[in-house]
Amino acid sequence: MSTQTNHVQKIKVNIPTALRSFTSNEKSVELAGSTVADVLQHLTDRYPSLRQHLYDGDGNLRSFVSIYLGDEDIRHLDREHTVVSHADELSIVPSIAGGAVVARF
Amino acid sequence: MQITHTTTNAIRSHAAATYPEECCGVLLGEFGQSVRVLEAVAADNTSQAHRERRYLIDAPTLFRITKDADRRGLDVVGFYHSHPDHPAQPSQTDLEQATFPTYVYLIQSVLGGAADDLTAWTLAHDRSRFIAEDIQELQNESPTTHGHE
Repeated sequence: MSTQTNHVQKIKVNIPTALRSFTSNEKSVELAGSTVADVLQHLTDRYPSLRQHLYDGDGNLRSFVSIYLGDEDIRHLDREHTVVSHADELSIVPSIAGGAVVARF
Repeated sequence: MQITHTTTNAIRSHAAATYPEECCGVLLGEFGQSVRVLEAVAADNTSQAHRERRYLIDAPTLFRITKDADRRGLDVVGFYHSHPDHPAQPSQTDLEQATFPTYVYLIQSVLGGAADDLTAWTLAHDRSRFIAEDIQELQNESPTTHGHE
């Protein structure tokens, strides 16, 4: 018995307002992909100028960037290998850090 | 950028109250021709150490504040934090950990426990530096300020 499905599933990615200047002012984007990594790859393929704000020079998600699947941080799931399915929503959420002086240790 | 007088007062009070530790919070308002800040939402500084020179607003906190703001038709337009006994200038740490361009970063200097200068900054698109922004203070347009608890 075949379990093959031919339709391409689309995952909605919610774009924070501060990044919409890199997504042609789109509030959300629907993209194909079976994992979080797939979807983000398609996102940055479509909007290449977004890449430097989400990924560091080594190609890893920047430490302050969290990706939520629904209400859950993917760090608590299978990280970028987390499987996504139709009707799932991803959100890009930064954590905000800094401080007055560089520690010298 | 524009900010209501009530909001700058709330930030000054928050910064003085947490001295000698850094305070931090989220700015709500509108993106338009220029950013307009209408509210400050105080957040806990969840940095694990050195809170007198480090701050952290973690992702779960920002996720929740963003959803609450969205329901009210407001945007997260930026963030604020204090520099206890240091000038209101972005540090190398601030630059290294800056998130996205477009957000406004407000820095409130606190000297000896009293709020001093407030400055505003945005991250350059190439992430290389902060750009100083003029602050235009608005007399009140029925803003509210509140803590997150």
